[in-house]
Amino acid sequence: MTNNQISQPGSIPSSDSRRSFLKNSAAIASVFVAPGVILYKASHATSSKGAAARTIRWGMLIDTNAMTEADVDNCVSACQREHGWKSNGQPTDTQWIRKLNLLDSETGYKKSLPMMCQHCEDPPCVDVCPTGASFKRADGIVLVDRHICIGCRYCMMACPYKARSFIHENIKNQTAVAPRGKGTVESCTLCVHRIDSDGANAVPACAEAVNSAAKKPMVFGDLNDPDSEISKRLAKLGALKVRADLDLNPGIRYQGL
Amino acid sequence: MRYSELKTNSSPYWLILGVLAVLIGAGLAAAHYMDVEGHHVSGMNNQIVWGLPHVFAIFLIIAASGALNIASLSSVFGISQYQPLSRLSAILSISLLAGGLIILILDLGRPDRLIVAITYYNFKSIFAWNMILYSGFVVVVGVYLWLMMERRMLAYSKPAGFVALIWRLVLTTGTGSIFGFLVAREAYDTALLAPMFIVMSFAFGLAVFILLLLSSFSLDNRVVNDCHLQRLRRLLGLFTAAIFYFVVLFHITKLYGTQNHGVEYFLLVEGGIYSALFWLLQIGVGNLLPLLLIYLPSLNRSRTSLVLACCLVIIGAIAQLYVIIIGGQAYPLNIFPGYEVSSSFYDGVIGDYMPSIWELMLGLGGVATSILMVFLIMRILPLTPEILPDDQLN
Repeated sequence: MTNNQISQPGSIPSSDSRRSFLKNSAAIASVFVAPGVILYKASHATSSKGAAARTIRWGMLIDTNAMTEADVDNCVSACQREHGWKSNGQPTDTQWIRKLNLLDSETGYKKSLPMMCQHCEDPPCVDVCPTGASFKRADGIVLVDRHICIGCRYCMMACPYKARSFIHENIKNQTAVAPRGKGTVESCTLCVHRIDSDGANAVPACAEAVNSAAKKPMVFGDLNDPDSEISKRLAKLGALKVRADLDLNPGIRYQGL
Repeated sequence: MRYSELKTNSSPYWLILGVLAVLIGAGLAAAHYMDVEGHHVSGMNNQIVWGLPHVFAIFLIIAASGALNIASLSSVFGISQYQPLSRLSAILSISLLAGGLIILILDLGRPDRLIVAITYYNFKSIFAWNMILYSGFVVVVGVYLWLMMERRMLAYSKPAGFVALIWRLVLTTGTGSIFGFLVAREAYDTALLAPMFIVMSFAFGLAVFILLLLSSFSLDNRVVNDCHLQRLRRLLGLFTAAIFYFVVLFHITKLYGTQNHGVEYFLLVEGGIYSALFWLLQIGVGNLLPLLLIYLPSLNRSRTSLVLACCLVIIGAIAQLYVIIIGGQAYPLNIFPGYEVSSSFYDGVIGDYMPSIWELMLGLGGVATSILMVFLIMRILPLTPEILPDDQLN
């Protein structure tokens, strides 16, 4: 059968016409699919910036079974000392990290854990920030650029973890490692100043406060390095990503929940 | 048709202008005080991060979009009876937007960084889209107004009106999506908010327009014929009913899924001030009463009932936005579904919010800015016809 012949119903098309049919279909399909691909790529793009290494993804594993309530309190006070914030329990007070108490009212099961910025791979705070002040470094740490934060608080509306605080009043007694300013938003930096000076040997202040020779409930490390302690422990026992349903892939993981 | 500036020199006119100027001054003073002291002097906190200023700002911004209804009906939908009022409709929409934006800017934690907001863009942020949409709106409507006012260019006002219509629909979609796209907050997280905001804009903008039309004409001893008011009345009724439809649909959508029962129970039943505002002011005063005033045969030709309906729609609008914006934030985030959570950071509890006088002053200052702008521009530009043609004469 040549190309001039009309295909009869049920007849087998020639390889030429099949090829051109496939080619045309592919062309039409790509025209229609292209906008979808573009939209998907645009929606999936979370810009990373900063000089940090792209191959590294910093994260922290928190073993809640190995932590007492006092440990969680120690985490909070260590962060306060390190970064110079304090909370008097007022609704306008800042909290970079907090003790979250869970209660299963059916069974009476209780648990306390430290809750802070989860350093998401796809952070909603970064998506919504109009100026790009909310940003994710290439090594996965989510930060606020205090120089271009305009204080719109949209990131606080978008964060599923209530991890961010707005500075409601003038700040006194700042520490050198954490410059803070009224009218801007702040959150856990994963002690980025320690990471930038000590790399993989760094330990965030909260983890330093609870880890000891006897136990190590908070493990900081590179999630991308299969030989790191955090990766090995995750591979062995698994862990929970909080609000995993939102698919944000947080860098902070919890065991024992 | 002869258009002219507002010519009144009556004492009520200057009194209104004086009151508006005082309100603007108070708003600026309040913004300055919050800027110097920090937001702890406002009622906002780390749980309710957007408060009363945002209620006023978003009211003005969506009313701005809806205020252009009259011009669109004439230019895009070819209903010529609206044409004499198109100029006023355009200038009102620009003024309302300006007032809303001023509130938003002055409520920023760092209003001094406005230049940063203009020069740094994250194109994935709906706020960033809105900055372009809002500033573009002023340009588009400004050009549209000029084309309507310049007789030689009148023919071009139709395509400009079409662009303006599309622009404002996108703009209000953007405003609704600020909330609609917040997946982590159960009170939002639905694209339904975008069309709902569009319908809200139609009604709120029209209510403000009718009040402006009647007050400015009466200040200048001009006459608005019944035929115009009856048309506007029917339109307001339609839009108010449409808001009611969207509100019902919104809550039924949320109620259908068990996961949202908590937030719905909060908003509709046990939310205290929020439930009260919802049922009494938003639904009762803002939807049902205006519908009665508009459609009841014994009232449906009365001007007073129309003016009252407009006022009630605006009161309902403020209540609706208060419930959406503040009530939506007051309901706590569900960080660990299935657990009761508590902390020193108010996890698991209903957020506490009492608006401060400073926020009210800032909000009213923005509203006053919009009204003052309109009244001043009306004095400079010939925006309204000296005699509104009566349908009967046509």
